[in-house]
Amino acid sequence: MRIIYLTAWLIAQMICATLANAFEIEEQKLYKSPTGTGNLHIISTADISSFEPILLAFQEENPNIDIDYVVASSAQTMAAIHDERAPFDLVISSAMDLQTKLANDGFAQTYVSSATDSLPSWAKWRNQVFAFTQEPAVLVVSEHAFRDLSIPNTREELIELLRDNPQEFWGRVGTYDVRTSGFGYMLATQNSRNTDSFWRLTEVMGRLKTRLYCCSGEMIDDVASGRLAMAYNVLGSYAEKRLQTMDGVKIVPMQDFVSLMLRTSIITTNAKNASAAKRMVDFLSMMETRPELSAASGLPAVQRLETTAAKGLRPIRLGPGLLVFLDRLKRETFIRNWQNSIVQNNP
Amino acid sequence: MTLRFVSGSMRGRLVIQLALIAALLSLVLFLVVRTVAERAAADTQDNILLASATSISDALYTERGAVRLELPYSALSMLGSISEDRVFYRVAVGGETLTGYDDLPLPVSNDANQFDTYRYKGETVRAVALKRNFSTGNHSRDVTIVVAQTRLGLAAISSRITNTAMAIGVIFFLLATGLSLWAAQSALAPLTRMAGAVTRRGPSDLRPVVGKTPAELAPLVEALNSFILRLKASLNRSEDFIAEAAHRVRTPLATVRTQAEVVHRSLNQSQNKTALREMIRAIDESSRSAGQLLDHAMVNFRTDQFETAQLDLVELVKETTDRLSPTAGLKDIGINVAHDIPEFPFSGDAILLQNALRNILDNAIKYSPADSIITVNMTSDPEYQIAVIDQGRGFQGGDAQSYLNRFSRGENVDDVVGSGLGLTIVQEVAVAHFGRVEIQNNQTGSGACVSFILPRG
Ligand SMILES: Nc1ncnc2c1ncn2[C@@H]1O[C@H](COP(=O)(O)OP(=O)(O)OP(=O)(O)O)[C@@H](O)[C@H]1O
Ligand SMILES: [Mg+2]
Repeated sequence: MRIIYLTAWLIAQMICATLANAFEIEEQKLYKSPTGTGNLHIISTADISSFEPILLAFQEENPNIDIDYVVASSAQTMAAIHDERAPFDLVISSAMDLQTKLANDGFAQTYVSSATDSLPSWAKWRNQVFAFTQEPAVLVVSEHAFRDLSIPNTREELIELLRDNPQEFWGRVGTYDVRTSGFGYMLATQNSRNTDSFWRLTEVMGRLKTRLYCCSGEMIDDVASGRLAMAYNVLGSYAEKRLQTMDGVKIVPMQDFVSLMLRTSIITTNAKNASAAKRMVDFLSMMETRPELSAASGLPAVQRLETTAAKGLRPIRLGPGLLVFLDRLKRETFIRNWQNSIVQNNP
Repeated sequence: MTLRFVSGSMRGRLVIQLALIAALLSLVLFLVVRTVAERAAADTQDNILLASATSISDALYTERGAVRLELPYSALSMLGSISEDRVFYRVAVGGETLTGYDDLPLPVSNDANQFDTYRYKGETVRAVALKRNFSTGNHSRDVTIVVAQTRLGLAAISSRITNTAMAIGVIFFLLATGLSLWAAQSALAPLTRMAGAVTRRGPSDLRPVVGKTPAELAPLVEALNSFILRLKASLNRSEDFIAEAAHRVRTPLATVRTQAEVVHRSLNQSQNKTALREMIRAIDESSRSAGQLLDHAMVNFRTDQFETAQLDLVELVKETTDRLSPTAGLKDIGINVAHDIPEFPFSGDAILLQNALRNILDNAIKYSPADSIITVNMTSDPEYQIAVIDQGRGFQGGDAQSYLNRFSRGENVDDVVGSGLGLTIVQEVAVAHFGRVEIQNNQTGSGACVSFILPRG
């Protein structure tokens, strides 16, 4: 028997009037609880469809907490918290760099509990930024396009493959447009830091009139439809979720290294309902113990015991290093270089 | 037992003083360790800040006449590698922010490298400011690089250091206090030893204190010895005085007694005769007392100058009984001597021993009825025991041991003349020879049994 009586309203943009919303929101949903005493205001970059199972499970454990879940892009999330000090209790974002900047600039509360203590050291920073998912950046290929070709396993092989088969891949390679996607920018900068082949790869992809995307979803759709032969640096968690309903698409984790993006949460310093936010942080930190939530949401939980190094998994390191690529000049230079490499034939 | 004159303890004072010194030294040690270690930790942070700022300054370049920067990844990540502190930076060209945090303060002075500590964004930060002169084509520009970091990691290190330093201090203190306890104990050991030696002495042992004493105690020992000497002299003087007095009283008393006897015999009236008898008895008592006092003084004197010689107790007993047999004969009392081994070799003062035996036998004769037997039973195992057993009235009432006190006489004396010093003399002689006296009544039949017990060998 369900103990929790859940009432959920999909609330349209009008409710947003309650929040001073100079920032743009994409979706919003209020999860009312029967005995609700306090509203937990969450701003998140994860869309409602993927995050809902987690919110419902949380509310089942904490029936007296109403959840107001607002979805916004990472840049808008940053604007909401950093510039507008919007009254959110919890910020959930895949933009590790922006989350780090929020903590570094004093927008995050310190919180320590047995749940956060059990997180591996790479999965938290200052006890203010707490990771709860680890999502690999992968190569997604169309099996059809690789009928006669062997699938590359390292970035060097990928470069070679693209160089040797320009006619096969002309216009059929996709990747993030780092100018518009914060997540794409973060992945690209981390790649540039991790390997020398990054710029050569960008150069080669530029010569092949690579298509640029804002989001993982569209890239995967285009691979599935055959418009793309491959998409580079796709968020593996999305890919995996989509592939459950798609044939002919394959996920290839690179063997030289796989960047692990960490989805993190922070409790804001001006949180009105910090206790509920802390409950949520604890709940998210322990997501590993509830594999059904990862399955339902498609968000792989932080693995405590997994030896990340052995599998070539490289969690992007939380900390001030992430602030480097947020530097105005650094960003300008990086984007100019990237543009010069990839948009050479893509005016 | 608390002694009224005790005020404070030398050892206590010594221990407290040493402990205070140890505490002071521990505190100094704690402060020194902490200061040095914290200085080192702070220097480490300063060095990393400087390295970060330097790497930023190395990444400056000019492009079309403008200063540009490509912030090196390591510049900030190196700061994140030692602690999870917040990091702030600012690069300013001629006072105008090129990149970084606009509100991070720029240094006022013009020194090359400046470290500073101030509050920024609600937290204390440590900052380094680097000034570089940069030439962009034809004119040069002042570039200031500021890198700041909060001190969370430093605070953690500092609290760890404080704990360690505290532990070191406490351990040092405990060790030093333990050692000072031991030192005080061993420094005062000679004093305890001396006190023990003096305490263990017998009541009449007035020999000077000899044996090795540390220089610091020499004056005390000297003073003690000279005091003992004076005490002894004064005791001797009073004993001499008693002996002299007794002697002076005895001689005229003898004359008075003789005269009284003469008068007694010449008197016819029984009333006067009785009165004179009383008088003669009183004279006897006085003269007995004087004699015993004299003996007592003699015994005291000899026990002081204790001189021993080898002798046979059996022979000594026989001599004494022989000497007393006339007195015994007056009351038709027979004295039997029995001994389990032929000889009782013993080293002691013959005169003292004889005196003691004479007093015991004298009592036995005095307090026995006429026509009775006194047995002197000598046994040698495990100690020499000379038991004098009579058939008289025995001890009556009270604590028999109290008869050993001076001038204490029993209720059973009737008209027997005596002073109450006899058994006191016996006791003193026994103690001088490391022996003792046991007084009891016969288990079988009536009579007293006085045992004179001496150690064997
Ligand atoms: N053999 C004995 N039988 C009974 N009583 C005794 C005997 N010897 C000692 N006493 C008791 O012990 C008391 C103390 O004896 P102690 O020899 O000291 O004194 P004294 O005999 O009375 O006097 P003196 O000094 O003349 O010997 C005596 O007064 C007597 O009461
Ligand atoms: Mg007597």
